[in-house]
Amino acid sequence: MSSVTTLKYTLQLADNVLIMGQRLAALCGKGPILEQDIALTNISLDQIGQARSLYQYAATIVNNMSVADKAQLFNAPLLQEKINNKLSITEDDLAYLRDAWDYRNCLLVEQENGDWAYTVARSFFFDRFQYLLYTAMLKSTDSTLAAIAEKSLKEVQYHIKWASEWVIRLGDGTDISKEKMQQALQARWEYTGEMFTMNELEKEAYNIGIGVDVSQLQQTYQQQIETIVQEAGLQMPTAAWMQTGGKNGVHTEHLGYILAEMQYLQRAYPNMEW
Amino acid sequence: MTQVSFEASFQKKIDEEIMIEPQDYMPDEYRKTLIRQISQHAHSEIVGMLPEANWITRAPSLRRKAVLLAKVQDEGGHGLYLYSAAETLGITRDQMLHQLHTGVAKYSSIFNYPTITWADMGAIGWLVDGAAIMNQVPLCRTSYGPYARAMVRVCKEESFHQRQGFEIMLNLSKGTPVQKQMAQDALNRWWAPALMMFGPLDAVSPNTAKSMEWRIKRFTNDELRQRFIDVTVDQIRLLGLALPDENIKWNEERGHYDSSELNWDEFWNVVKGNGPCNKERLATRVKAWEDGAWVREAASAYAEKRKTKKAA
Amino acid sequence: MSNEHKEWPLWEVFIRSKAGLDHKHAGSLHAADAQMAIENARDVYTRRMEGISIWVVESKHIHASNPEEADAFFDPAQDKIYRHPTFYNLPDELKHM
Repeated sequence: MSSVTTLKYTLQLADNVLIMGQRLAALCGKGPILEQDIALTNISLDQIGQARSLYQYAATIVNNMSVADKAQLFNAPLLQEKINNKLSITEDDLAYLRDAWDYRNCLLVEQENGDWAYTVARSFFFDRFQYLLYTAMLKSTDSTLAAIAEKSLKEVQYHIKWASEWVIRLGDGTDISKEKMQQALQARWEYTGEMFTMNELEKEAYNIGIGVDVSQLQQTYQQQIETIVQEAGLQMPTAAWMQTGGKNGVHTEHLGYILAEMQYLQRAYPNMEW
Repeated sequence: MTQVSFEASFQKKIDEEIMIEPQDYMPDEYRKTLIRQISQHAHSEIVGMLPEANWITRAPSLRRKAVLLAKVQDEGGHGLYLYSAAETLGITRDQMLHQLHTGVAKYSSIFNYPTITWADMGAIGWLVDGAAIMNQVPLCRTSYGPYARAMVRVCKEESFHQRQGFEIMLNLSKGTPVQKQMAQDALNRWWAPALMMFGPLDAVSPNTAKSMEWRIKRFTNDELRQRFIDVTVDQIRLLGLALPDENIKWNEERGHYDSSELNWDEFWNVVKGNGPCNKERLATRVKAWEDGAWVREAASAYAEKRKTKKAA
Repeated sequence: MSNEHKEWPLWEVFIRSKAGLDHKHAGSLHAADAQMAIENARDVYTRRMEGISIWVVESKHIHASNPEEADAFFDPAQDKIYRHPTFYNLPDELKHM
């Protein structure tokens, strides 16, 4: 049943950018200087925009499924009830009514903002992955996914530039910034391995031609990260153990809080237009 | 030219509606008034980001989230344009921020009120931005060039802000009873503070006369406030909400709506720092600035290093 | 105290709004270096598709004419109307000139 695979794959892509965008959005008004506050918000807006395109596509897929096919798609009762009542669902239903075990974003994006170095490190690791992912996704046999990838790539190119320059700037700035940047890279590195470990869904998506074999991206990723880290005069981070789980719905504790905050209005006042 | 003729030619320019530019002669008092007003305006924009930023992570739909985020970001941009305009008068942004952080400089009191429900995003966009626009449109023709040009840019960008706020109110008013109640509650809470945004009554406004003479201001506080009331009452009716003040009545003779006297005691107390969120807002700004210190230093150090590398 | 540290320099931003037009002064901003100034300009001044090309120059490098000499500088151009095409009386039959 390939439409279920496309749906779940699209949701995984959407969850990543939504949670990342949500994290960065929380920094609006709190940046180290006005110009960078605005820069960070632009990145967040791009990501929320990407998430919307993906959720909209996912909602279309659900709405076009046969009643039998969509009878048991989600754990979330509010969402599944709506589907079973033959109502069409929207981008917002998918973003606001699924619980943490339905969310398939990688662990990296849900990590806390921390200080500027931690924020930069998380974006640096994530944006670089997104760039490689979207580039490979241009060849997806699913034309909508390929089109979203193409549009998003332009945005991500700028995100990469922003994050890489900050890694270099902090690495080659003052002693304090160097230490903080090194620490942040080290702390976030253990969440990068998961992005390249194919889960069942990704394997299936790859087999039917819509998805990307992320395991093939890892070597290029490592090289590109290393180039920037070296230019920054920093040590390549190491991890004895890579954390995994997010892509299979097993998250860190942070996600529950992110969702509680993000979804509260839709849950406190269900089925209303805003 | 003598000092006297300098001043005469300055006032002549003002009277002929010729804009004053940074390098032109201007009386000290004019410069000081502008620095005070523009920096206060800039501070209002960036402190004003906070009560709304508060709700970005909780916005009830992805569209609302994106719109609100873009809107709050715009406020940051407006702060930036205004700080830049003030910098042409011989003060640095760091100096202005220092004045804000130490409580020497003021910002609009409205931002010291809390945003408690989602409807507050609607009320702020509609009423607070509406009042701000009414204040700001005349400033596009203010006598100081850089300020006027910044305001042109600000006003152009603001036009979607009030619309998005009104749209939120409209959706709530047409929604379920509890949503309508939410909208009414927000209107009731934001009405008086929004009216106070036009500043104290003309009779007691210390700066109005001189600012009018110099064409920094073009309408008095009371004129603008009345205009705002007249426009907004009709919009409240359009939303189908109850008027937030039982004394609002059309006065045929004046051709304006009458309304209750505002609580100026509260106004002055919020100005003095006793509003419900004064301390919190300032603390948030100070923390962001202090947390960012090492970042700004690092970027400076890096730029310095690269310059020397290039030179070598 | 963070105030004692050096502020990022001020930059003037010039933006070309579309192909074929001049770069026009858009405003100013702070940035640690030129690269960052260009990127900040992109983020601050082109959020509504206002531009396709950006120039930045550190504000301290701008030299301006002196407003006190404005009369001597600019008034003499006022009586040279023969520099403008409308100065010349030509027959209506003449096209394309």
